[in-house]
Order: sequence, then C-alpha cells, then structure tokens
Amino acid sequence: MKGTVSFAFHEVGKTTKALGLLNQGECIDNVTGPLGNPSEVKNFGKVLCVGGSVMIAPMLLQVKAMKEAGNDVTTILGARTKEFIMMEKEAKTISDKVYIATDDGTKGYKGLDFLKDLLKKEKFDRCVVMGPVILMKDVSEITKPYCIPTIIATTPIMIDGMGMCGVCRVSVDGKMQFGCVDGPEFDGHKVDFDGLILRQRTMLPEERLSSVLWEISGGCKCGRSKA
Amino acid sequence: MAEAKPKPKLNKKAVEMAKQEPKVRAKNFSEVALGYNEAEALEEASRCLQCPKPMCMTGCPVEVPIPEFIKLLKEKKYSEAIAMIKSKNALPAVCGRVCPQEVQCQAKCIIGKMGDPLSIGRLERFLADWERDNGYALPQKAVPTGKKVAIIGAGPAGLTAAADLVKLGHEITMFEALHVGGGVLSYGIPEFRLPKAIVQNEVAYIQKLGVDLRLGNLVGRIHTIPELMKNGYEAVFIGSGAGLPQFTGCPGENLGGIYSANEFLIRVNLMKAFQFPDYDTPIRIGKHVVVIGGGNVAMDCARSSMRLGAEACLLYRRSRAELPARHEEVENAEEEGLVCKFLGAPIEFYGDESGWVKGMKCIAMELTEPDAKGRRGVKEVQGSEFTMDVDTVIIAIGQTPNPIIQRTTDGLQSDARHGTICVNEVGKTSLDGVYAGGDVATGAATVISAMGAGKRAAKAMHEYLTNKK
Repeated sequence: MKGTVSFAFHEVGKTTKALGLLNQGECIDNVTGPLGNPSEVKNFGKVLCVGGSVMIAPMLLQVKAMKEAGNDVTTILGARTKEFIMMEKEAKTISDKVYIATDDGTKGYKGLDFLKDLLKKEKFDRCVVMGPVILMKDVSEITKPYCIPTIIATTPIMIDGMGMCGVCRVSVDGKMQFGCVDGPEFDGHKVDFDGLILRQRTMLPEERLSSVLWEISGGCKCGRSKA
Repeated sequence: MAEAKPKPKLNKKAVEMAKQEPKVRAKNFSEVALGYNEAEALEEASRCLQCPKPMCMTGCPVEVPIPEFIKLLKEKKYSEAIAMIKSKNALPAVCGRVCPQEVQCQAKCIIGKMGDPLSIGRLERFLADWERDNGYALPQKAVPTGKKVAIIGAGPAGLTAAADLVKLGHEITMFEALHVGGGVLSYGIPEFRLPKAIVQNEVAYIQKLGVDLRLGNLVGRIHTIPELMKNGYEAVFIGSGAGLPQFTGCPGENLGGIYSANEFLIRVNLMKAFQFPDYDTPIRIGKHVVVIGGGNVAMDCARSSMRLGAEACLLYRRSRAELPARHEEVENAEEEGLVCKFLGAPIEFYGDESGWVKGMKCIAMELTEPDAKGRRGVKEVQGSEFTMDVDTVIIAIGQTPNPIIQRTTDGLQSDARHGTICVNEVGKTSLDGVYAGGDVATGAATVISAMGAGKRAAKAMHEYLTNKK
C-alpha cells in the first residue's frame, strides 16, 4: 500500500518477540531507512530468484522488479520446514515458474538437489539469493560451476546500519567490506560464508540470555503479560 | 608599565578539581571529574590577571571572550558570565569537560609561564553546570530571514553551525542519522568523561533556540543533498563526522571478540551495554582486553573495559612520548589500572573453534629518525615476534569520514585517499551553497576544532544567504 512500509520478521529473540506483541496503534521508537545500496535490476534475460524463510518477503519484491524489467523469472521458495514457506500465492502470481523446497521434505523438494538437476536442463543469466547464510552459501556453490553470476544479500549483525560500527564486516574476494554501506548485496562466488556464519553467532549466548530473562520477567517491562 | 601598577599577588598553584578516587571510579560509569564548587571557582577565577591583551583567546578555536566571562564570574554574575560564553560557544558544558585546554587557551595563558595556567576549562564547566541547575536563558534572535538551511549531523560542528545560524534568523532543520543527537558526544565519548544527560541538555538548548532536529534521518540515503536543495533549502552544512572505523588488515581480524573502537563505544555508550540485560545491546569482554592505538579513543576504550571488569592493556606502536592522547587521560587511565605496552603492533589474530579471538601475534617496533615534520616513523624489528593471550581486542587506530554523502552527491569534491570532503578556509565545498566542516573535512580531530569549523562555516553561509537575492 502506498505510504506504508511492511516488515516481515521471524520471532526468534527478545526484540522480534516483543515486536510481535505490538498492537495496532502502538509505536516503535525509531525506524530508519532505506539503508544500503539499491539492488541492480535490469533486463538480464533469465533470472533465478531464491528466497529462504522470512527473506522470501524481500525476495519477492525483487522478483516483481525483475519481472517488470522484462526478465523471465524462476522463483524458488525454501525453508527448514513447511510452516516457514510463506507468500506462495504471491510468488506464483508474479513469477514465470515457482519451485518449493524444504530441508525436511515436508513441502516440495527435499533439499537443494533438484536445483542441480534444474541447472543441467536450463540456462540462467543471473541468480539472486536471499535467506539464511547457509542457504546463500549452498546455492552459490551450486551455481558456481555453471558460471551464473550469483548475488547474495547479507544480513549480518549491525548496530547502526550506516557504516559506523564495522560489526557487519564481511570478507569479499579477500577484501573487507561492510554489509551496510558496501552491500548488502555481494557476489556470492567471492563471499567468505564461513567467516560470515561465525560472525553471525558471536553474541548467541547473550541473545539467548536476553530472551530467556525477558520471558521469565513476564514479557515486557510495561507490566503487560504475554497473552 | 609594569612598575606603574601594584604587582598582583599571584597564587602559582591552580585550585585542584575533585575527582573520584581511582579505585572507586574504575568500577563505575559515573563522571570521574566532579567539578568546582562555588568557592573553588571564585578562588581560581581570582588568579586571572585580566590581561589587556589576552593571549588565552588566541588559543580558542571559537573565540570565547575568556577575560570577560571570568570578570563576570569573579563578580558572581553567573548568568551574565555564561551568556558571555554562549555568545560564542553553544556547548560550554561539553567544552569545559573535553576540550584539550592545555594545548589551547591555557597553553597561551600568561600566568602559565610562572606557575599553573588559569584553569579556564574548569571555570567554563562550573558556569555551564550552574546554568543547568538554575535554568537556561535564551538569547535574542534576529528577525526571521525566511531562508531555510539544512544541517547534516547533530555533532559538535553541526550543533555549533545550527546555533549560530538560527540566532541570525534563519530557519534551521538538522538531520541526524542516529536516534539521539550529539554525534560523537553521544556515541563516542564515554559517560564517565561526558555524562549523556549533559549532552542531551546541550542538544535540547539548541532545539530551544528554534532548531528543528530530525532524528533517524540519514542524508544520502533517505534524501540526498540535491533533493534537499530542490525542496527549498538554500544552503546545506555537512557535519557528518568521521564515523567509519579503520582496521589493521591483519589476518584473523574478522574473528569474534575483535571490536572496532566505534563498535565497542557505541555498544557501551550509546546503547548502554554496561547495563545489559536491562538494556538490549550486549557486550562480551572477558578478562584480558588489548586496545590497539594510542589516542583519546583508545583511552576511552581501555577505561570503559576496566569498568566492565576486565584488565586492560594498551598496545601502541610508538613510545610514550608520541602518545596522541591527552596527557590527563593517560594519567587517569593508568591510575585506574591500565598497563601500557609501547613499541609493539599486531601482525595476526587467532581464535578458538567457535571463532572467538584467543591470542595475537605481535612484533616489536622501533622508532626511526624524525621526518621533515618532526614526526617519528616506526619500523618492525626483525625476528622480534611475541604473542599475547587475549579475550577481547579493540582496534582504536582511527576513523575516516563516512562515505555515504560523498557517494550520493554528484559534483561534491572529496579526497579519494582520506575520504574527506574538500573545502576552502571557510568550509565551502565544490558545490554552490554547500558547506562542510569538522571531521568530515579534516579527518578525525577534536570536538572544539569541529566547533570552530562549524562557526566559520556558519559565518560564511550567513554571508552567502544574505548576498543571494
């Protein structure tokens, strides 16, 4: 809807859970954006778009833009298990073709092996992946032998999101880049994914502690308890 | 001339300012220096000679009328005294605390040749704190000019430019990227050196002058400078600071537990990680913290680490004599337990299986002969590698300007090597009506030099706006 911004988030830790508790008319203190560099959208020819779990939402925006730019778009929706596959109907409306895959096989293909077969049969000019780091890593490895330019969108830990803290640093082609100001999109064949995965996990114990304490204390500090 | 006047009896010693005891303060985030009380301020002020040709003022980048405000202070006209300071300096509570007076006004003070110079900074702080306790008076403003000016960044340069321009009758909108104003005063300088409540008071004062502060508003992304000018802003001041952290480039630098000074200070100061989990942003510190660097930022990191319960060690590649930090800050840090290791630099970081740093390989350095500018270089001592066990490393080797505005403003000239925006002596950039000042134009420097730049640019912008039809 014009004049509004939509957010898709997965309730994992304290902040996202608290966000999920907001009712209509309630506020969050501060929102800033858009940040980072815009995605490159033009007529590439045949484009493969892969979205994983909650990142399916922003992926579909790019599917739409790629489609409007004249591309033939194949969309893959992936997730750990079927309940995290979202916006299937929207994807089908705007894509030329849609595939669904889950890690546990509860919906669509099981794992990414089907993608290897697909690439043997069809030629793609560009691939865009948004999702968990492991998904972006796996897809990049699969597309590499076919020399399909593969763009991944990093979502590293950030504090300010505008180049100040350096938390979102990621090694691309051996060079240090900041996800927030140099990215978020990078060449998937040049990103050090293992380094990125380790950096994503650096504050896990604190994140868990925060979440647990928040739940024990009744959900939020204003006295409203979790319904 | 001298013999014609009775010689004033000069007390060579400055009145000491009370500080928290090192052992106590090393465990809390409350302000270290406690400030003068009224009697102490009056006693110190009485040392001022009221020179007819005051040298102190030549050392002040914002030209505070120092003898005048001290004369008023002596007469206990505190409200007039602070107004006198504020005629030139919109942020006295900040400057009284973090200005390096020892190399500015106080370095020029004539009684410094005979004993301690007058403690100008402490007197400024006394008056600013007096005003905070007794209510702010607002100065007269000029007739509205109807001209709109955009100020980018609510740090020292932007706040100063905004205050000067709003007093001249212009309509000021200030765009700040973060969720609070103050810039480096909020995210960088720690609570124990500059309490955040004081910074917010100074920002609120600028708002009371009539400046419209828009938070969470990153110029360059949300709107660009050309867009602002198309939307009716007739002049723009860029004071976006030097917020981009530099790294060493050594292998292993992406390991967990290696923080840029900015990350560390933003977590601790701005996001209040020292109160985690009451505040959401965490910090993990461990026992052994090594801070790499030797400037004021390095000292701030080291002293914050100790307050979080760690043992801090500073690793600086030159020797003590070359430390760029204020002498007073080094002294404070060492009193609190900082261990300094000189003539050493990291060459590699290594981590445990979870990706957290556990050690670093370093090399000894030696000083080379001074270059033409008198600055001594360093070179590695072959075969002198040594290792250090660490739980946390903080890289405090400098910041460069944030590149977003430079990248998104066509025709804005910047220095490719340093990332700074090119300006002339009054802060004018390559674009008509666009001015810049502070760290974004000079590279990382001091709060007061940024304020001086904001002041010069405000004057030039006022002339520009006045002459423009």
